[in-house]
Amino acid sequence: MSNSDKVKIALVSCGSEYAGVQKELESAASSLNAELVYPEMDVSSLDTIGQEFGLEVASPDLRLMMARAKAVVEGVAKVDGVFVATCFRCAEAAIVRNEVRRYIFEDSGLPVISYSFTERTTAATLLTRMEALTTIAKSKHLLARENQEGLTAGIDSGSTTTKAVVMRDDEIIGEGWVPTIKVLESAEKALRQALDQAGVKREDLQAIGTTGYGRFLIGDHFNADLMQEEITVNSKGAVYLAKAQQGDATVIDIGGMDNKAISVQDGIPGMFTMGGVCAGASGRFLEMTSKRLGVDITELGDLAIKGMQKNVEMNSYCIVFGIQSLVNSLAKGATPEDVAAAACHSVVEQIFEQQLQEIEVKEPLILVGGSSLIAGVPKALKELLKIDVVVPPHAQDIGAVGAALLVSGFVDKE
Amino acid sequence: MAKIFIYPTNSLILSDLVERFGHKPLAMMEKIREKITTVGIDSPPINITPEDPKLGLKYAAVEVPAGVRGRMSIVGPLIDEAEAAIIVLDSASAFGCMGCARTNELTKFLARQKDIPRLEVKYPRTEEEGKDFVYQIAEFLNSLPNEEDEE
Repeated sequence: MSNSDKVKIALVSCGSEYAGVQKELESAASSLNAELVYPEMDVSSLDTIGQEFGLEVASPDLRLMMARAKAVVEGVAKVDGVFVATCFRCAEAAIVRNEVRRYIFEDSGLPVISYSFTERTTAATLLTRMEALTTIAKSKHLLARENQEGLTAGIDSGSTTTKAVVMRDDEIIGEGWVPTIKVLESAEKALRQALDQAGVKREDLQAIGTTGYGRFLIGDHFNADLMQEEITVNSKGAVYLAKAQQGDATVIDIGGMDNKAISVQDGIPGMFTMGGVCAGASGRFLEMTSKRLGVDITELGDLAIKGMQKNVEMNSYCIVFGIQSLVNSLAKGATPEDVAAAACHSVVEQIFEQQLQEIEVKEPLILVGGSSLIAGVPKALKELLKIDVVVPPHAQDIGAVGAALLVSGFVDKE
Repeated sequence: MAKIFIYPTNSLILSDLVERFGHKPLAMMEKIREKITTVGIDSPPINITPEDPKLGLKYAAVEVPAGVRGRMSIVGPLIDEAEAAIIVLDSASAFGCMGCARTNELTKFLARQKDIPRLEVKYPRTEEEGKDFVYQIAEFLNSLPNEEDEE
């Protein structure tokens, strides 16, 4: 493939080459047939860009970021998307990273994502983010699809559960849901459940789409027509199910092991953040709480609705120390209802503190993922953000629905 | 000949001045050159690998960003080796541009902590200041022993 076919991603960073992550960034980009480019700018502008941009910072490399962002916005550098990256734990860089990202996104309309790295950041961590960026940059036509056509299946091979749906002419006719144990076997089982419920045979399917952590493995196995990361697929599935495909929306997806906050415009993801460094902000925290309370995870929500989170003192969001706080509260006489409410509040509060600071929360706010079915979670989110929270039907299946919807674009071509 | 740590650490002008007065400049360019020409490391553009920020832990704690520690893994050993230091304050980007302000603060601090002869001069903005700037540096360099065994 020639260089001109490659997706050009502008790397706007403050010295990733000094942090030992440059190779990982390059490697993630090249595995997606993308190329990192460095927008050219005039060196003398480094002395004035701070004032021009309105953000006067001490680090020349941060001023370099602003100058490169300007080159992108003014079209001096022709790129398809932008990756903004700075060091984790640098306050000065965090301010610039957020403002540069906002500036590029608002003034150029280019897809842009940001990340703060440590020396331990690997290409695998960056892959989903870069894949989403390249998809948004190059496959907008795919994401423009609003209706599912034909007979298609979507399989979402998640870290905790595998979901499958079968759709026919814009309607979900079969659903499968199994815990992810052996990735391929679980996918087979989930798809079989969905096919049985739909009353169709696998060979009748016109196209299969896969997403989630195991998308490539199961995609190869099922000879899928589309293997796509979760950011684009889940946003599409969420706005489709919530009937909010036009205009602004915010999608919060609390998965079994990580979570995502995505700002969506007309069904296409704009800014997004992905968690994944802490299990305290994931469904796993709720699973641990329900085990400790001796209730099934499906009962935790109803319990939480009846409880008062304020009656429990939580000292940490951590899955170890946070659970310990809950246990201590039980020992002090707190009710299981209060503890369940506190657990839901803890997960939501951490998502608010870590991720919702980085994207603009525009209504409707669509909460999806398995954790959205635990009634205490949307309640806690509503209380925290003071806005209505929409949990669409089949909220746990958004990945599979998004994949079945997007892959129906391949049915048309046949 | 004394080993002179220079700041900005990548200033070609400063490095050249030090050399002209018979001393050895300890500059970042040399270290980067060593890194780039090291056979067997494949981490372009400057061959800093995830190991380098760990080496930087000698100069900055783990809560300090990886980019600062990666830079310190190059700059820190230069300070360790220094027998004298010249620090130019508030210089223009073209004189020598070091990207990270936090690294720069730590670099100057560590150079000041060392018990070695040190000259701190402001970057000149006029011709008159320029002449005085070179004069001060020349005088400082001449005051340093030309042979080994400094201190």
